[in-house]
Amino acid sequence: MPRPPAVELDGIAKKFGEVVALKSVSLGVGEGEFVCFLGPSGCGKTTLLRVVAGLERQNAGVVRMGGRDVSALPPSERNYGIVFQSYALFPNLTVARNVAYGLETRRVPRAEIERRVDELLDLVHLRAHKERYPAQLSGGEQQRVALARALAPSPSLLLLDEPLSALDARVRQALRVEIKALQRRLGITTVMVTHDQEEALTMADRIVVMNHGVVEQIGSPFEIYTEPSSLFVARFVGHMNFIPATACERPGWVRVGSVELRHRPGPTPPAGTRLTLAIRPEEILIGLAARDGENRIVTRVCAMQFLGAFTRLGLALPGDTGPTLECDVAVNALAEVGAREGAELALVLKPQALRLFSDGG
Amino acid sequence: MAVLRADREAAAIPEGVVRHRLDGETALRYLLTGLFGLFLYLFVLYPMAKVLWRSLLDNDGAFVGLANYVRYFSTPAIAASVTNSLYVSVVAMVVTVCLAYVYAYALTRTLMPGRGVFRVVAMLPIFAPSLVQGIAFVYIFGNNGIWTRLTDINIGVYGAKGIIMAEVLYCFPHAMLILIAALTATDARLYDAAAALGASRLKTFATVTLPGVKYGLMSACFVVFTLVITDFGAPKVIGGKFSVMATEIYNQVVGQQNFTMGATVSVVLLVPALVAFVVDRLIQRRQYALVSSSAKPLEPRKNPLAEWSLFAYCFLIAASIAAIYLVILVVSLVERWPYRLSLTLKHYAFDTVGGYSPLLNSVYVSALTAVVGTAIAFIGAYLVEKWRTRAGAPLYALSLLPVSIPGMVLGLAYIFTFNVSGSILNRLYGTLAILVISNLIHYFTVPFLTATTSLKQMDAEFENVGASMGVPFYKTFWRVTVPIALPSIIAISMYLFLNAMVTLSAVVFLVAPGTELAAVAVLLMDDAGDTAQAAAMSVLIIAVGLMVRFVYWGLMRGVTRRTQAWTATARRIRSR
Repeated sequence: MPRPPAVELDGIAKKFGEVVALKSVSLGVGEGEFVCFLGPSGCGKTTLLRVVAGLERQNAGVVRMGGRDVSALPPSERNYGIVFQSYALFPNLTVARNVAYGLETRRVPRAEIERRVDELLDLVHLRAHKERYPAQLSGGEQQRVALARALAPSPSLLLLDEPLSALDARVRQALRVEIKALQRRLGITTVMVTHDQEEALTMADRIVVMNHGVVEQIGSPFEIYTEPSSLFVARFVGHMNFIPATACERPGWVRVGSVELRHRPGPTPPAGTRLTLAIRPEEILIGLAARDGENRIVTRVCAMQFLGAFTRLGLALPGDTGPTLECDVAVNALAEVGAREGAELALVLKPQALRLFSDGG
Repeated sequence: MAVLRADREAAAIPEGVVRHRLDGETALRYLLTGLFGLFLYLFVLYPMAKVLWRSLLDNDGAFVGLANYVRYFSTPAIAASVTNSLYVSVVAMVVTVCLAYVYAYALTRTLMPGRGVFRVVAMLPIFAPSLVQGIAFVYIFGNNGIWTRLTDINIGVYGAKGIIMAEVLYCFPHAMLILIAALTATDARLYDAAAALGASRLKTFATVTLPGVKYGLMSACFVVFTLVITDFGAPKVIGGKFSVMATEIYNQVVGQQNFTMGATVSVVLLVPALVAFVVDRLIQRRQYALVSSSAKPLEPRKNPLAEWSLFAYCFLIAASIAAIYLVILVVSLVERWPYRLSLTLKHYAFDTVGGYSPLLNSVYVSALTAVVGTAIAFIGAYLVEKWRTRAGAPLYALSLLPVSIPGMVLGLAYIFTFNVSGSILNRLYGTLAILVISNLIHYFTVPFLTATTSLKQMDAEFENVGASMGVPFYKTFWRVTVPIALPSIIAISMYLFLNAMVTLSAVVFLVAPGTELAAVAVLLMDDAGDTAQAAAMSVLIIAVGLMVRFVYWGLMRGVTRRTQAWTATARRIRSR
């Protein structure tokens, strides 16, 4: 018999007055897994986390932890550690006392508490700041104290509510790596809420993409990035070109302006249906790779945006009001391709990379 | 791996929530909230309902509808108290706010010398019962007053004139504090912008200064208006035959034993106080949005001419205030003012009111009011603010109500509620406990709002962090919430102590043999003609107030030094 998931949500629904925050959300988080709830603000991801924590009470649905129904348990009996967006560090207690906070009420001997506090502060590299007050630390250090405090009582589940959003970009990137490494090392089941798709892609084992209180897609970062299941996910995760198109008589082909393109195999909509093609900038082939092949079209370079390691080209498709595509070219390949503003450029849109979405989403 | 399913169908969501099992902590929270509700019901709502109901009955207890109100407004002698009250309140309001505005402006917007001293002197009236100002003016401008004897000009201080003078003095610090806050909360960048656009001084005043303090001015007006219209002490000692509503209630109840008419006047007096309160709340809500968090404080520039003319102005006002209390002090220390000026301590014997027991009672009652009131206000605000239950809104409203209840009305309401033979509530009547309760209800709103504000400034997740680690809320309350809020808690207890020490209006109906209070003793001695002893008692009340203020000042310094360890110094370390 397989082990029950560490956290299992079954038909969670929540509304605030007339505003529906969650519409029957069901999902599971495996033991030791790092799961991200990803979505724009107002999608219900934080509400969902707070339902797991017992800080928000759902209108319907069941929360299970390790197979046990915990829906009726108050927060204090659910055994999790939590890091809030604001960290909520106690400003009147030192770093050490903050970390010891959850241990001191459990009749742990004093020496044992000291040992555990040191151990955790070592883990987040803050032992030297033990006797400081939170306000004397930088944002990133405060974040790590909050993490140590949440982990101190050895909870079986770690909840992170936008833990990095209050930090500047450089610190955020460093902490991503650190938190992920810590989570691996401890093997603790973790649920993190974020609106930053890059954060979710780099940290999570699995991503739950949410929109308007509904789960849009659940999958590994690779799956979410390469196989977005809806237009919303495609738009929200990574950079994507969208090309309006209509279905052709010929199954598997669509018309874009004056050209016909073959898309990746899939269900064939009736001819004339309005559709959206989606392709990532890095999937567009140019230069030598675009000398021949299926879906080869000639475009004109209408914009060039220097972005450091690569340059983003704006490419106008044939036809007066044709849509433009964005395509990233490495700096050293730019001359080789012969891209300059106004120049003509051939490219190949491989059918396998041309995802097809109906306009409804 | 678990089967994952994204259920896209918007299910019909039930209304109720999945309830958590009732644990000890939640039960305790409900219990405390219930107790707080019971407290407010028993000591605010129920007594007020009693007054309202009583005004609809005749003296035999039969229901007569609005007949009492008809009688009130059709008896010219009594009805005059309404117009008298309004007249005195409006004039005192205009005079106080104008005087206090210039004073506050000089303290905040100029580099005038002696700002600290001026501020302290102007605070003196806070430490005295309102009737002390009245007594002082009688000594100065009364028929045998020093001014009257020296100049032979009797300004006719008994009546509206005297009341207004006493009230202006009494309300001055309250208006000044509000206006100082309003004048401080400004954005220097607005003045820079005005200067850059070439606006004249007058234009800058009209377009930047005035709009900025508009709400502060309005707020000061309402506060002064309410203080004056509900005040009993000053009109009692200096009003003579000029009857205002507060003294009318006293006359009806104590003089004529006409409780019904007392209740009727009370309900009428509630109206302007309630209106002033509601409008003030609406205004204050707007004021918060006025100054952004990125505002730069205004640095006053040197301007010798303005500074010295304002210095003269402030000196005049501060000297007048100081003179008033000096007169009280001198009167209490000389044989018989102004005939025999040899020094004596005989007025400090208080033989007619039983020696020092009223003063000791007052200190005891004030200390209890401070301790119990602070605890109830802070815990009450915590319950309302931290757990947004359905009970929150009514509890909040009931906590705000007391500020608009005039003291006389509260005192009368407590008579109706607690002086009922056979009722269990009757046990409280005639005890020091009822005095403590009436004080802490009378002054409940400001502490409650102060506590609410300081709780709002804290991270909303403290309790949730505690709960996630299995730490009960009351431990987090004690270890985190209280230490952070300590400055507010100290300020609240000081506010309660000082007000309990000087209040007269509510307790004047509630003192009994053995539970006399100092402020009431001042009134009784003044009534009996022992004005020198009344002055002596006033001196002691002020002295106790000043001592307590000094102790609190020391406490506050200690606490600030501790809190700085976690805030101010922190910033310095980081910026190094």
